Amino acid sequence: MSLTREQMAQRVAQELQDGFYVNLGIGIPTLVANYIPKGMEVMLQSENGLLGMGEFPTEETIDADMINAGKQTVTTVKGASIFSSAESFAMIRGGHVDLTVLGAFEVDVNGNIASWMIPNKLIKGMGGAMDLVAGAENIIVTMTHASKGGESKLLSNCSLPLTGKGCIKKVLTDLAWLEIKDGAFVLKERAPGVSVEEIIEKTQGKLIVPDHVPEMIFSK
Amino acid sequence: MAGFDKVVASYEEAMIGLEDNMTVLAGGFGLCGIPENLIAEIKRKGTKGLTVVSNNCGVDGFGLGILLEDKQITKMVSSYVGENALFEKQLLDGELEVELTPQGTLAEKMRAGGAGIPAFYTATGVGTPVAEGKETKEFNGREYLLEEAIVGDFAIVKGWKADRYGNVIYRHTAQNFNPLAATAGKITVVEVEEIVEVGELDPAQIHTPGIYVNRVVLGTFEKRIEKRTVKPTE
Repeated sequence: MSLTREQMAQRVAQELQDGFYVNLGIGIPTLVANYIPKGMEVMLQSENGLLGMGEFPTEETIDADMINAGKQTVTTVKGASIFSSAESFAMIRGGHVDLTVLGAFEVDVNGNIASWMIPNKLIKGMGGAMDLVAGAENIIVTMTHASKGGESKLLSNCSLPLTGKGCIKKVLTDLAWLEIKDGAFVLKERAPGVSVEEIIEKTQGKLIVPDHVPEMIFSK
Repeated sequence: MAGFDKVVASYEEAMIGLEDNMTVLAGGFGLCGIPENLIAEIKRKGTKGLTVVSNNCGVDGFGLGILLEDKQITKMVSSYVGENALFEKQLLDGELEVELTPQGTLAEKMRAGGAGIPAFYTATGVGTPVAEGKETKEFNGREYLLEEAIVGDFAIVKGWKADRYGNVIYRHTAQNFNPLAATAGKITVVEVEEIVEVGELDPAQIHTPGIYVNRVVLGTFEKRIEKRTVKPTE
């Protein structure tokens, strides 16, 4: 079975470490915040200028001046800080954020990522994605392995305009956990019940399959 | 108005000198911390041919979106647009030009513009459409793009509190691009929710020192919420 969005978030959350500063993109990455292991301290960075993002407010505490980069109303956690957009991207570009999780349309064997622009469709813009992928050392891309039509999104060369060049090393899809190394995807784990054959079939770029590919383990 | 007193009595006075074809830098992120009344004043004045530098372009009927109604904007420099139908239409009709700029690069362009730095190198956008036509240089084995600073004829800024000397503090994440825009306007206009006595703001807590600010105007704000999200009450 391919992973649900929640399971993808759970798997990404296993990569969190105590004391991490983390930037979560829109969509599945946002759900990772729900699976921070108990007792672990993680600070969420939101690129509009917030370090220490908390949960959504109540009707009583909602505040138009308190939003995240997805423009949703949020709260702060104890110990949070708020700053300008320049300061926020200084943190990002300067490599101070420990983990960045974001979605994509395509990634390729050279660590290139395309996530913002489909030619001949309306282009809304890259927002902070180009800065995030250029600045972070540790990035996890979350995406479906193939399109609804069955076309692989793990390619030998991205076909869409890039968001960043040579910056992606880890990819979680609904089928597999992969790392990118020396011009190839390396299959590290597979979703429970998903065969290695299915992953091979749905990966267009060069794929290295070790002798043993464990299934992902989910607690509870 | 005398000495360091920056306070003006009306929005009309606040935007005196804004002319057709000027460049306006605007603070705000989405609809959070936008100078909503200064934007409304630009609409009232009917100034045309504007280049507006702002992370976003408001929504239909609010924020910078209202300047599209009478086609006052000819070019937007933004990181993310298209939250409004009118924007999309004018873009497709070729009435509006948009220069998409990565968010961190946009912030740094304003910061540099205000700080007297004409250009800077960043790794952001290397190998992407953003790099087209831009000079690159290698530092420590990595490629960087040369990005030029931005300076505006006007900067329009939304603060929380200011004193008459133009010292400003922002409230929560309504800060965003505001302090950057404030530094990079030839004429910087700040609208605030409250004007306090000089000396009342803690000098160490001031976000925008008055040296950057030319005019301060007191307003009342709708503060529209773009995406109202609350946790379920149990």
